[in-house]
Amino acid sequence: MELIEVENLSKIYDLGGSVVRALDGINCSVNKGEFVAIMGHSGSGKSTFMNLLGCLDEPTSGRYLLEGVNIGNLTRDELAAIRNDKIGFVFQGFNLLPRTSALENVELPMLYRSVAPRERRELAMAGLKAIGLEGWEHHHPNQLSGGQQQRVAIARALVNGAPLILADEPTGNLDSKTSVEIMEIFVKLNREQHITIVLVTHEPDIAAYSKRVIRFQDGHIISDERRAA
Amino acid sequence: MIALSSTFKISLRALRVNKMRSALTMLGIIIGVSAVIIMLAVGKGASDRISKQISSIGSNLIMVLPGSTTSGGMRMGSGTQQTLTQDDADAILKECPAVWDVSPFVRGAAQVVFGNQNWSTSVIGTTPSNLNIRDWAVSSGRNLSDQDIRGATKVCVLGQTVAENLFDGRDPIGQVVRIKKVPFLVVGILEAKGQSMMGQDQDDTVLIPITTAQKKIIGRFFPGTVQTIMVKTRTAEDLPRAERQVNDLLRQRHHIGPKADDDFTVRNLTQMLQVAEQATNVMALLLGAIASVSLLVGGIGIMNIMLVSVTERTREIGIRMAVGAKTWDIRLQFIIEALTLSMIGGVAGIVIGYVGSKVLSSIAGWSTIVSPLSIVLAFGFSGLVGIFFGFYPAYKASLLNPIDALRYE
Repeated sequence: MELIEVENLSKIYDLGGSVVRALDGINCSVNKGEFVAIMGHSGSGKSTFMNLLGCLDEPTSGRYLLEGVNIGNLTRDELAAIRNDKIGFVFQGFNLLPRTSALENVELPMLYRSVAPRERRELAMAGLKAIGLEGWEHHHPNQLSGGQQQRVAIARALVNGAPLILADEPTGNLDSKTSVEIMEIFVKLNREQHITIVLVTHEPDIAAYSKRVIRFQDGHIISDERRAA
Repeated sequence: MIALSSTFKISLRALRVNKMRSALTMLGIIIGVSAVIIMLAVGKGASDRISKQISSIGSNLIMVLPGSTTSGGMRMGSGTQQTLTQDDADAILKECPAVWDVSPFVRGAAQVVFGNQNWSTSVIGTTPSNLNIRDWAVSSGRNLSDQDIRGATKVCVLGQTVAENLFDGRDPIGQVVRIKKVPFLVVGILEAKGQSMMGQDQDDTVLIPITTAQKKIIGRFFPGTVQTIMVKTRTAEDLPRAERQVNDLLRQRHHIGPKADDDFTVRNLTQMLQVAEQATNVMALLLGAIASVSLLVGGIGIMNIMLVSVTERTREIGIRMAVGAKTWDIRLQFIIEALTLSMIGGVAGIVIGYVGSKVLSSIAGWSTIVSPLSIVLAFGFSGLVGIFFGFYPAYKASLLNPIDALRYE
C-alpha cells in the first residue's frame, strides 16, 4: 500500500538569471510502514524533496500523491490541514516555540484542530510520558537538553496520530549517545506503531537504522536500496 | 479553526514577553482615547451650560424693547424711549399669527417689607401670561389673574429668594407685604428657577399686576407704556417668522416711514443662544476630531509594533504553519494581539480621560460632562483602530511561505 507516490517531481529555483534545478524529475514511492533514509551531500536536493513531501513547499512541476490525494490541487489551507492530520515534523533545530512549556508545544497541533482544552492536555501529557519526559511538562525549551527538546518535538509530531513522520537531520544537533536514543525511538515507533518514517541524514550510521536508503545527487535519485532489517 | 480563547491566551503571552514595548504601544492609544474623552467632555459641558441657559430664560422667546432716545446727538441706551404700549402688546398677540403668547412688563427696584424684615428686590409688573412665556410656574398659591390686571389689585407673587428672606420658612400666602409702603396680598410663590445666563438670581423677584405697577409702584412710565414685551412662539421654527411679523406690525403701528429707523428693538434671545449652542457643538466636534488624530497616530504605533513583531516571530509563524495553522489562524492571532493592545489601551484611556476631565473641571472650573456615548465611541473606535492597523501585519504574516518562515533566522 503506497503512502507516498511521486511522479516526475521537479523544483526549479530562478535565482536572478541562473536557474537551479534542485529537483529534476524525481520518481519514487514509499509504502506504509517503511523506514526510509534519504542521503546525499548538501545541495543534492534531499532537503528540497523533504519540504515537498511535507507540503511545506510547492513543486514546480510533477505529481505528489499522499495517501492517494493529489497534493498539487490543494489550497494553502487544505495543505495546512494535511500537515496537521497526516504529517509529523522533526527538525534538526527542534523548532519548538520559545518561552512555551513542553506541554504546550505538544498541544500546539491540537490547537489547530479544535480539540477541547482538557482532552488536549491529557493527550499531550500522555505523549510526553510515552517519550520519557514525564515530569518535564512545564519546562521551557531553553531549560531542556537537546535530546529532551527533540523528544518534545517527536511527541508533537505524534500527537495528532499522523501516519507519516518526516525527520530532517533529527540528530544533527545532538551528541552520539543522544542520537542513538533518538534513533531508537524512531525504530520503535516504526516497528510497534507502523508509522512511516522518512529521515534525511548524511551520516551512514544514522542511515543504518533504516530499512531503505535513497541517495540524492544533483537533484536526481542515484540509488535506492532496500535491505532486510 | 483555532478557538478564540486559545488565540487570546497566545496574544496575552506575546504581549507579556515584551512588557515595555507593549506598554509604550498602548500609551499611544491611551493618550488618543483619553484626549477624545476629555475633549468631548469639555464640549458637552459647554453646550450643556448653554442649553440650560436657554431653558432658564424660557424657550422660543423674543424680546421687544423700546428704542433709544437721542439727547444732544448722543444716543442713549436701548429702552430709554418709552414707545411700547400695552396696546402694542395686545396687537402683537391678535395680529401676528406666528405668536403664541405675549407678556408686557415693567420693572423697577423696590424695598419689600414684611413685619420687621425687609428685602430689596426687582419688582416686575406684568400679566398672567408671563409665567407661561418664561416656562415658569407657581409652587403654591396662584398666579396673577386677568381680574388682577383689570382691577389693578394689590396682590403679588413672590420669588423663592424673596419668600425665604422675608418669611424665613413660614407660609407667606395670605400674608401682606408692603412694596414701597403699599400693602400687597401674597397670593402665590414661584418655583425656584436658579441663575440666569448673566448670573442673576431669577428667584429674587416679585410679580405684581402690570396695571398696579404702572399706577402705584413704578411711576416713571407714562400711563399705558411698558418697558419690554416678551413674545413666545409655539416652536423654534416659528421664531424668525414671528420676529418679522412683530417688526412689521410695530413699524406700522408706530407710523415709521420706509426709510426711518425702528423706534424699538426685536431681540431673538433663543436664537442667539441656539447659535451659541451650535457653535459650541461644532467646537466640541472639532476638538474631538483633533483628539482622534492622536488616536490614529496611536493606531499607527500599533501597526508599527505589530510589523516588528511579525518579523521577529517569523520562525514561530513557520512552526505554527508546519503543524497545521491555517491562514486565518495566523491572521486571527495577530489581529487579536493588536486588538488586545488597543482595547487595554482604550480602557485605560477611558479611565484616564474620565479622571482627567474631572480634574480639569475642578482645576480650570470648566464644566465637563463625560457622556456614556463618548465612552462607547472611544472604546469602539480604539477597537476599530486595533483591527484596522492589526490587519495588515496579520495579513503579511499569513502570506508567509511555511518553509521560508521556518528557515528564517
